[in-house]
Order: sequence, then structure tokens, then C-alpha cells
Amino acid sequence: MPVSVHPPALVISGLAKSYDRPVITGLDLTVNAGEFYALLGPNGAGKTTILRMVAGLLQPDAGTIAVFGTDTARDPLAARRVTAWVSDEPMVYDRLTPLEYLEFVAGLWQIPAGDARRRARDLIEWLGLSQHADAFCGGLSKGMLQKVALAGALVHDPRLIILDEPLTGLDAGSARQVKDVLIEKVRGGVTVIMTTHILEVAERMAERIGVVSRGRLVAEGTLAELRARIGRGNTSLEEIFLDLVAASPETAAA
Amino acid sequence: MSLAPATTLWFARHELTLAWREFVGMLTGGRRTRGIAIVVTVAIAALTLHLLAIGLVSPWVAAGIGPDKPTLLLVSGFGMLFFSAMLSQGLESVTRAYYARSDLDLILSSPASARHLFAVRTAAVAGSTMLLACLLASPLIDALWLLDGPRWLAAYGVLAALGALSAAIGILVTIALFRIVGPKRTRLVSQIVAAVIGAGFVIGVQAAAILYYGSYSRLTVFQSADVIAGAPGPSNPLWIPARAAMGDPPALVLMLASGLGALLVVIALTASSYGRHAISAAGLGEARTRRGSAAVRFRSVSVGETLRAKEWKLLARDPWLLSQTLMQILYLLPPALLLWVNFGETSGAHVVVVPVLVMACGQLAGGLAWLAISGEDAHDLVATAPVTPRTVLAAKIEAVTAVVAVILAPLLALMALSNPTAAVIAGICGALAAASATAIQLWFRTIARRAMFRRRQVASRTATISEAFVSILWAGTGAVWAAGSWLAIVVAILAVLVLGFARLIAPRHP
Repeated sequence: MPVSVHPPALVISGLAKSYDRPVITGLDLTVNAGEFYALLGPNGAGKTTILRMVAGLLQPDAGTIAVFGTDTARDPLAARRVTAWVSDEPMVYDRLTPLEYLEFVAGLWQIPAGDARRRARDLIEWLGLSQHADAFCGGLSKGMLQKVALAGALVHDPRLIILDEPLTGLDAGSARQVKDVLIEKVRGGVTVIMTTHILEVAERMAERIGVVSRGRLVAEGTLAELRARIGRGNTSLEEIFLDLVAASPETAAA
Repeated sequence: MSLAPATTLWFARHELTLAWREFVGMLTGGRRTRGIAIVVTVAIAALTLHLLAIGLVSPWVAAGIGPDKPTLLLVSGFGMLFFSAMLSQGLESVTRAYYARSDLDLILSSPASARHLFAVRTAAVAGSTMLLACLLASPLIDALWLLDGPRWLAAYGVLAALGALSAAIGILVTIALFRIVGPKRTRLVSQIVAAVIGAGFVIGVQAAAILYYGSYSRLTVFQSADVIAGAPGPSNPLWIPARAAMGDPPALVLMLASGLGALLVVIALTASSYGRHAISAAGLGEARTRRGSAAVRFRSVSVGETLRAKEWKLLARDPWLLSQTLMQILYLLPPALLLWVNFGETSGAHVVVVPVLVMACGQLAGGLAWLAISGEDAHDLVATAPVTPRTVLAAKIEAVTAVVAVILAPLLALMALSNPTAAVIAGICGALAAASATAIQLWFRTIARRAMFRRRQVASRTATISEAFVSILWAGTGAVWAAGSWLAIVVAILAVLVLGFARLIAPRHP
């Protein structure tokens, strides 16, 4: 079996975070480079909190996070340089055009202005936003805004893309386009970590699936491995998910 | 011009672009003609204010303005009034820079340095604070410039220095609050501190005028012979800001160097912690949601009670609204003090207090009515519930008027003990002002989120202007009625006419 010389895209060890009560408790998670990883869990399980800590938007109480071997606490800028974060609410400016927005995001990642403009134009064309390239984002639909935000995540060629519920509120066409873009990126070697409540999406797209419940990773593996774990073949991910969440000690205790 | 990305200048250009587009959008609402009309209106208003200011300062200029103690005291008094307002605005704006999440997620998840962004946003706070103060002071400064010479233009420099100093103090207070009370309470405490600072000096000076000189005018303290006699000589360093405003070059340079220097030093010392504090503030949404969710219990038996309970709960949980209401209540302290000082007398004090109370009723009701009627976060939910729109509106209006009544009742009771007639007049005119402001908010209602409260004035300028005019006219009615003049009827008719005009031009709702 060949041994990979590349470090994993993400290694989380002993991660903990509390607000009024513990939200994440001793979480360990590894995502390999070039992998499409889906993070599932019921509402309030801590998925977004985990991803926000990976993106550097929340400070963990304990534990370490390494992005391609870089400890995010020791060298946060190096980790951010290779990472892109897409939240469920598109982070765009109402009074910038998609083109200007992408140039701004490229600037944040210190891409020279000429390159930024070229990449922005390419992405706008690729995502079918050409007609709206010069209109203010404030007038765009939710689907188009999500595509603009996704383009923002791609404009600096990240090695790790983290998406929190990227398909929420999108119509079938827009959702398909976003999924195609992500699959193409994974084929090109990019690592994608995504949370979603649409289990069919995780079932079809993800190479590995992690299930979080009450701040803990209760199960992880390929779909086949998860099926084997609950001892039922040919079961849908929905059944597996509900079984795993119901069987987790925290849920049982609740 | 191509700037190196993610530098301070690059962020500054980005922020300026957004601010300019926001301003143009707010001004024109997408229509060029509306922009022209607003510019013309503002020009006419500015001209009128300048003419009034010229009339106000002419006698002073004619008597000769020199750097003597009375002049330095008066200029310093004005300066302190402006500085307290600027400090309040600066603190409020700096806190917002830490808590506003609009684009911080994007920027803080990028490798760009948050220090550059902090420097730009702090400079923007200083700039906007200074600009507002300059706009407010410009009629007086320009009048003095025209009548007494260009040396008065230095006052703009002093305002710039005070704006920078306000932002610097705002940063230090915010960071101190982060350390003392933690990120969870910093926003609320800072808003309350801002409200107290903004109103504190004004109220303090007014209270001193009432207690020692029996006058409601703030200027009385600065013009009092005792205070002038006790003030230090003109060469005292205490007068440096006033001397700078009057065109003394060394004093002006010192002021500018102090204000801008303080801002630069504070930015340099605190910029590195901006990202850390902003991130610590970012985790609060979830924490607060979790705790708050357990506390909500609607035990009401009718739909009206449920809606009223919901309005009161939301009003009580809105920190920004709390600070604004606190400000309104603080401004009621001087009339309360005046009532107490003149207790048992039938002097003209009540003629002064009645319109203040009536104005407060109108303003408070206007703000609350906007929140309850237009600022409905779950509009569709309420609209699709099996409740008649009439019931919903009635419940919201009852919720608003009850809050106004609870706040104003103690003052009216105090007044009733001293002068029952004045209390009845204040009660009637206050109720009319509150009802008028609520009606205007009802006629001009829009669907907006509560978070847009800050921008309610620009959402419908007609509503804002009508509300202000009607409140002023009801306050005038109260004052004239309390003075025992039949002319109160004329002022009341004017108020009704303005209200009728507002109804006429209000958009028709289905």
C-alpha cells in the first residue's frame, strides 16, 4: 500500500469549545488531502462551531487544528492562505458588483490586481454570472449571491474549501451548478469539507462522512463503512444517520 | 490607481467606495430627481440656519470678541457640549466596529491583517464623528467667520482634534470593557455608557442652571458672574481648546497634535488585539440564543396578550433600544429637577416642563411604534396567523402606549402634586403627541428588520419630518395652554393640519 507523503488537509485533535455549556468536547477528526468530506449532524450538534474554529473565526478552548500540517494557532495566516470559508449566509456587499467583490476577495489574499481581474472574469463566466457582473449584489437573488460567494472562495485557488450549508435555499439548477463546481475542484486535488442537512447530497458526493452529535464525532467513514457499522446493508444514509444519532450516548442520556 | 492589496490604503479605498455608494443610495433611493430635491432642501435648510446664526452672533461680534475670560468660558462650554456628544458617538461607533458581523467573517478568515482594517475603521469613526460635529457647528462657525474674520475657521480644526480624541477614548473604553465585563456584556454596557456620556454633560449643566440660577438655559452657567469670577485667567492652559478655536496658531497646533497623536498611538497599541476581540465577540450569538431560548414563556390567554407580551419581551431585549430609551429618560431628568425645585410654586416652571414632557412622549412613541409596527422580524408569520390585522395593530399600539405611559407616569404624578392643571395639560398633549407619532408610523409603515432601527429616519424622511413637526406643535400647544393663552387652539389646529397632511401624502396600504 503506497504511503502518502502529503500531510492531511485537516487534523483536529482534542478540540473543545464551551459557551454556557460544552458545545464541542474532545473532538478528533482527520480529513485527507483531495477528499470530499461531509459533516452531518442534527441542529445544534456543533458542526458550524467546528468549521468556524477551523476557519479561524472562533477560538477553541482546547485542542489543536492543523491545516496541511500548519498549526492554525501558531501560524494562522499560513493556514488561512490555503483555506476558503463559505458560510450559509452569503458574505457579499450589497453595493459592490460581483466583479468588484471578487477583486476585493482576491485582494484580501494578496493576489495582484491584474491576476485578480482575470480570475474574477473567468469565475463569473464559469458560474454563469456574466449578465450580472456589473450589477450591485444587493439586487441579486439568493442563488446568485451564493454563487458569487462561492466564486469568492475559489478566486484565490484554495487547497481547502470549507462550506457551511452551501445548498440551503438554492433552486435545483443553482444547486446542481454549485455541486458540479465542487466536484470539479475535488477532481483537481482540492479538499472540500461541507456540512449539509440534505443527506442525498452527502450520500452522492462525499467520499467520507462524519456524523457529529452533541459536540462529538459519533461515527465516521465511507457510506459502506457506516452501513457495516450499524449492521445493515443497502440502507439509505438517512436511516444510518438517524440510527447513529439516536444511538449516541449523549442523545440516549437526553 | 493600483494599490498593493490588503494594505491600509487599499482597505481605506474599499471602505470609502462602500460608504460613498451607501450615501448616494440613501440620498437618491435610485432616483436622480430625488437626490436633486434633497440637495436643494438641504441647501435651503443650511442657508436658513446660517442666517439664524448670523442674527444670533451679530450682537456678540458688535460688542467685540476678545480672548477674555467670559468669551473663553462660553467657547469652552460650547466645546464641551460638542465633545460629550462626539465622545458618545465615538464610543458607540467603535463598539459597532467590533460587533458588526457584516464582512468580518470574510476578512478575518483571510490572510489579510486585521490591523489594517482596524486602523481604517477607527479613522472612519473619527472622521464621521468629526464630520457630524462640523455640520452641526457650521452655521455658528461660518457666521463668526463672516462677521469676525477667518480666524474662526480654526474651530473646524479643534473639532477634528476632538473627533480623533473621541475615537481614541472610544477604543480604550471598549477594550477596557472587554477585559472587565467580557465580550458578552461589553456591547450593552458600552451603549449605556455612551448614552450617559452623551446626555451627562448637557444634563449636568442644565441641572446646575436650574439649581443655582433658576434657569432652564444651559448657557446661564457659562455666563454666570460667579463662574466667570472663579475661572482661571486667560493664560491658563485650561483655555487651550477655546483659544485654538478662536484662531490662536500655537494652541491649534497643540490641539491637532494631541488629538491626532492620541488616535495614532491608541491605534498602534490596540490594533493587534482587534482580530482577537472581534473573534471573541463573534461567538456570542450562539451563546445568547441558547440561554435566552429557555426563558421565553408566553402564558397569556388571548391573542392580544400574546402579541403584547411578545412586543414587550423584544423591546426589553434590544440593547440598542434600551440605551436610546435610557437617553430619552435621562433628558427628562432636568424637567423633573425643575419640578422638584419649584415644588408647590405656581411659577412659570410648568410652562417649560409641559412641552419637554410632550416632546418626550412623541419621540419615545415614534421610536417604539416603528419597532412594533414596521420592525417586525417575523412579518409573514404574524400576517398569516389566524388573527385579524386589526387585532395585531391594536396589540402593537397598546404595547407601545403602555411603555410610554409607564415611563412618563411618575413625572406626571409629581407634576400633579404640584400643579394638577399643568399635569392634565401635559397628559392630554403627551397622549396626543404619542398617538400622532404612532399614527404616522402606522401610515408610513414598511416591512423592515428591527436591526434597521438606526436607519428608520432615512427610510421615510416624510414620516420623520411629519413626526417631528407634529410633536413640536403638540409641545407648543401644551406650553401655550399651560401659560393660559387661548392661542393654544391655533397651535393645536396647526398640529392637526400637519397630521392631516401626513395622512394625505402617506402611501396607501391594501
